Amino acid sequence: MALVTKENAGLRLVTRYAVLTLVALVFAFPLVFMIISSLKPDQQLLQDTSSLRAFLPVGDISLDNYRAAFDRAPIGRFMLNSIFVTIVTVSMSVAICSLAAFAFVYMKWSGRDAALSIVLATLIIPFETIAVPLLLMVSRLPWIGVEGVEWGWLNTYRVQIVPWIVDALTVFLFVQYFKDLPRELIEAARAEGASWFQVYRRVVMPLSGPVLATAVILKSLKMYNEQYLWPLIVVQDEAHRPIMVGLGYFFQLNVAWGELMAYLTLISVPVLVFYLILQRAFIASIASTGVKG
Amino acid sequence: MRYLICSIALGGVATVATAQTELTLWYHGAGNEVESEILDGIVSDFNSGQSDWSVAVESFPQGSYNDSIVAAALAGNLPCILDVDGPVMPNWAWAGYMQPLPVADAAIEGHLDATVGRWGGEVYSVGLWDAAVALYTRQSTLDELGLRTPTLDNPWTLDEFNAALETAKTSGNYDFALDLGMAWTGEWYPYAFSPFLQSFGGDIVDRSTYLTAEGALNGDAALAFGEWWQNLFTAGLAPGTSQDPADRDSGFIEGRYAFAWNGNWAAAATLDAGVDDALFLPAPDFGNGSTIGAASWQFGVSATCEFPEGAAAFVEFALQDRYLAAFSDGIGLIPSTREAAAMTERYAQGGPLEPFFALSDAQALVRPVTPGYVVAAKVFEKALADIANGADVADTLDAAVDEIDADIEANGGYGH
Repeated sequence: MALVTKENAGLRLVTRYAVLTLVALVFAFPLVFMIISSLKPDQQLLQDTSSLRAFLPVGDISLDNYRAAFDRAPIGRFMLNSIFVTIVTVSMSVAICSLAAFAFVYMKWSGRDAALSIVLATLIIPFETIAVPLLLMVSRLPWIGVEGVEWGWLNTYRVQIVPWIVDALTVFLFVQYFKDLPRELIEAARAEGASWFQVYRRVVMPLSGPVLATAVILKSLKMYNEQYLWPLIVVQDEAHRPIMVGLGYFFQLNVAWGELMAYLTLISVPVLVFYLILQRAFIASIASTGVKG
Repeated sequence: MRYLICSIALGGVATVATAQTELTLWYHGAGNEVESEILDGIVSDFNSGQSDWSVAVESFPQGSYNDSIVAAALAGNLPCILDVDGPVMPNWAWAGYMQPLPVADAAIEGHLDATVGRWGGEVYSVGLWDAAVALYTRQSTLDELGLRTPTLDNPWTLDEFNAALETAKTSGNYDFALDLGMAWTGEWYPYAFSPFLQSFGGDIVDRSTYLTAEGALNGDAALAFGEWWQNLFTAGLAPGTSQDPADRDSGFIEGRYAFAWNGNWAAAATLDAGVDDALFLPAPDFGNGSTIGAASWQFGVSATCEFPEGAAAFVEFALQDRYLAAFSDGIGLIPSTREAAAMTERYAQGGPLEPFFALSDAQALVRPVTPGYVVAAKVFEKALADIANGADVADTLDAAVDEIDADIEANGGYGH
């Protein structure tokens, strides 16, 4: 009887691994296709799409597409721009949104609940509906730089950063998390004479690792992967363009498919590295928020 | 001391005398290395050849170029010189994004008609090249199917074209008789397919007034076109809207289509891929003459440019035959003048793409010259896709007419 049970357990294990392997393969196929295709000339790439050869490094394999992609577009510049904008935006976002959430959860002030409702209500407003008014606004904003006051933020990094620092989702994540922290800790710190900022910095934030990771991951993916429309309309200068606008360089009358795949592979590297470093936090964040990046 | 002051004063005068006024130029060719290299060469020659103006180029990806222009116009950030797709120019002129381009008549004399953009009786834009569409096939295909070779003077009639497609289909040698390029979307539909409608006798809008599409897009001729168009797909003569882009790129070259409706920009790749007996045939005549689309990218001057004379000086400089020929040799498009065509490798007499210049010269018809074209083109595209997918022809065309007319009315007739 015990033997039968062991056999059943073994069979279940094999079945489970087989299913998991199959699912993993399905999810890996686009990545494998992208990487393999980036190594093939266009003609072969197009021919192979109708068979399993599309996923195999067979035929005329080379790094020519990568060389050509670098010739076609300033990829390094685009990647640096995206990484810089992402890092600065995410850093400022978690700092400011967590401060806002702290004020919403722990501090008492008139209109607090109404203000929180208004912030959360912006979740349902698509960015496309405010893009034009925002464009008109940033094109006329002042900025104090080393050469004095300048007017208009177009063709700068700040125009790609500032409008994205505060968003309702990040505030909401921090609010929900802060609500679950033990109130006694905050009250004890206040009773000991800590200022609100000291409570935030020395009590709340050290306990907020999980929500911090979630916010950083979700925001980073949004800033790195999804910034297209906004930079398209506010950045005409090539030196400030991010990676997603750079995609358009490969869509000519005849699409350079191989080079496009090489470009996609290259710009995926920072995301993959980011994922590998924060793998555990990544899975936990998706599990906790039910939100996919 | 007096000598020093004089020297400084003279130096200042010399600096002023040689200072060039910078003109920004926005271009749609980012990512196209050859095109960018040629344009940069022209700009460099222009900048070093005179002392009044200095042009600085900023290139954009073509797919998002129009959005960038519209956004810049809203933000008051337009450049001085911009390039504009021919059929879009009237919209930008009407919307106040552009002003007339003060080029000398002599500079555009002898240019293909479609390369000069006119609106309200004035020149707004000038192109260095044009594009043309032809019916691709092989001489061996015509021989095998027993078909005559159509010419500009004697193109295939509707019956001949239909018979050619049917013969190709029944031969069993091809996946489809005709590749229309349904995998391509956007401007390809009105550019490539509205000439079929015009050859039937219809049009996207009524060009006599530009105030309605009634009768043009849903009259008898348009209905006949719509039925013929739908039959191409229901009879299995052409792949429909689900065509794989890869098939569009390689299907004709690999011999899976007997005929392909494609532009001159794909001709060089077809020849290079080893299709030695390729033929580029004129559009069939469906009863109202043979027509193909026309007007490609052109240079113009923005409404906010303070130096239209500088912009015109650059455009006139760029219109030299040697530059038109260089662009043609580089990116394969049709040079705007016969003289420039004669200087090219492909479009010169006896060159492999010579037929395209003749097609552009003889059959080209610009898309409706109206600001409303931008909307009408999208409506037309959707209607053709719907009909190809089996929608009722009359209902679809009526709905398209209603939508186009509503847009014209909402915009006060677009100034017509």
